[in-house]
Amino acid sequence: MEIIVCLKQVVDPELPARDFAIDPVTRRQVREGRPLVISTYDENALEVGLQLKDRLGGKVTALTLGPAATSGDAIRLALAMGADQAVVVDDPQAPVRLGAAKARLLAAAVRRLGRFDLVLCGCESADWVERVVGPLLAEALQAACVTFVSRIEQVNGTLLVRRLADEGFHLVEVRPPAVLAVTSDESNRPRLPKVKDIMTARRKPVHTWPVEEVASQAGMEGPLEVEVREVTLPERTARCEFLSGDPGEQAAALAQRLRELKLL
Amino acid sequence: MGGVCIVATALEGTLARTSLELVGGARALQPLGLQTSAALLGHGPGLAGAVAELHRHGVGIVYRCHHPLLSAGQSDAVLVALQPVVARAQPQVLLVAADTVGREVAPRLAARLRAALATECVQVGAADGAIVARRQVYGGRALATLVVRDYPAVLSVKPHALDVPTAAPVEGRMEDVEVSIDAEALPARVRQVLREQAELGLEEAQVVIGGGRGLGGPEGFALLRELAQLMGGAVGASRPPTDAGWVPASWQIGQTGKTIRPALYIAVGISGATQHIAGVSGSRTIVAINRDPEAPIFSVAHLGIVGDYREVVPALIARVKELKGV
Ligand SMILES: Cc1cc2nc3c(=O)[nH]c(=O)nc-3n(C[C@H](O)[C@H](O)[C@H](O)COP(=O)(O)OP(=O)(O)OC[C@H]3O[C@@H](n4cnc5c(N)ncnc54)[C@H](O)[C@@H]3O)c2cc1C
Repeated sequence: MEIIVCLKQVVDPELPARDFAIDPVTRRQVREGRPLVISTYDENALEVGLQLKDRLGGKVTALTLGPAATSGDAIRLALAMGADQAVVVDDPQAPVRLGAAKARLLAAAVRRLGRFDLVLCGCESADWVERVVGPLLAEALQAACVTFVSRIEQVNGTLLVRRLADEGFHLVEVRPPAVLAVTSDESNRPRLPKVKDIMTARRKPVHTWPVEEVASQAGMEGPLEVEVREVTLPERTARCEFLSGDPGEQAAALAQRLRELKLL
Repeated sequence: MGGVCIVATALEGTLARTSLELVGGARALQPLGLQTSAALLGHGPGLAGAVAELHRHGVGIVYRCHHPLLSAGQSDAVLVALQPVVARAQPQVLLVAADTVGREVAPRLAARLRAALATECVQVGAADGAIVARRQVYGGRALATLVVRDYPAVLSVKPHALDVPTAAPVEGRMEDVEVSIDAEALPARVRQVLREQAELGLEEAQVVIGGGRGLGGPEGFALLRELAQLMGGAVGASRPPTDAGWVPASWQIGQTGKTIRPALYIAVGISGATQHIAGVSGSRTIVAINRDPEAPIFSVAHLGIVGDYREVVPALIARVKELKGV
């Protein structure tokens, strides 16, 4: 199976609040000096892709759109985890682009890569959480689309995927080629590469494509622009009233307060 | 022709609550001078009632799409059904609920219509002749304000972020839209629905008890369930317990999980990461039970108990039983 996994580098979402800042000019999170990681669910997507390859054979390509200057760690990790090759679409502007523009460029890169059975990506990014890249890629590539997928199985040439749904799960039958956006699950916890894998990863091919080259093949399709007017931090007013005493007293005090609030 | 068209669903006979929330969103766009219509998708005898419900809330024209495949989770069928509606109504703005189907449909619809796209909005409104929408970004640490000036535009709205508006009846009209869906031609099709409902719908419950990694394992949730049952509430979870398989994934509350706005939310063994808070900040009263007095959850909680849940929760259960005389 030919699998392409889209990975994005983001500022570590676990960053302490004191290091979080919005750049007033770009209206995006300040990246300089902050640790960068592969966006949470993208790593689950990679794990799902690698498990499919382990079971069914084939090839996994890690594709990332971002400044090549800072993408090295993400690419090295993806290759060490088991991706066969990596493609970096070198785009210094990527961190300020919205998902629609990113999907357009990623679709062009996928087309340039050629044949694929599956394109996998995260169900949402750890930064802007637009949840659009998967579905927009599917449209641009004229492929099937399922989001919030936790597991994928192949049954008689078609894929049966498990989609997280409002009321539980859906088992969805999908005809490849397909774009699947992956969510986390006990079955797709990202593997930790061994030292040996890290060594062999150094010999795997990494292709860097300038974004202009990819953009010229991207065409004009895709949604219209939306303006990001401002990004503000919500004010949090600390007003927690702590209930003291031993557990019995705390519980009694809480029950009393809930009663006063007519919640009990 | 034109206007705001909401994508409404009535899958099991009744209009989805989220559809009414979209009506609220459409009302907030009224300064733009756009009429509101609805595409109503579903099947079964309940559709007529759903049409009436939409009229009662001020929706003028309801385009009714009736088809057995317009049932749980069939995104591809929904896209097929919406095509003739869009052709007929030619809406400037489409409002979609960002639920299981809407999350897939909204971006794909925008791509097909070459429309402007804003997803997962928690507020929509109008200013200076443009659509202004707000959405949470950076794991709920920040709020982004988006301005959409171009039509057509597709906006998806996070479920339970908007209020259900008050009734404002109009003399509406209903148009049946012929929907023909070739089941075999759908690239993705739901074969089975596996329900995993909490005893009481998480999103509807007035009391929700959330458990986190601090519970240490699935056993802790049995204790929370006992408390929830006593209080007539539902149990939810932060991400680690769902990722670990201690509880069903559909119990997850937060950025990726559900947004809840109960009267009371009790967070037990949950640190209060912004991605979790993103889903609970609309709760009227937040109570936190956590061993760590420095846990960030206390900065959003109204009432806090510093302590081990293994001691506090059983004591609370006993006290509630006492008060209720059970
Ligand atoms: C893209 C993305 C999306 C995400 N989406 C979500 C989401 O939808 N929902 C969500 O919840 N998270 C989400 N997260 C994860 C989030 O960032 C946190 O990792 C998560 O919420 C932490 O869960 P927790 O508070 O249960 O665990 P922890 O942070 O490990 O906290 C456990 C807490 O339990 C306390 N504790 C331990 N033992 C006891 C005891 N015996 N008694 C009382 N207290 C105890 C500890 O003091 C600690 O505060 C997301 C993250 C990313 C990057």
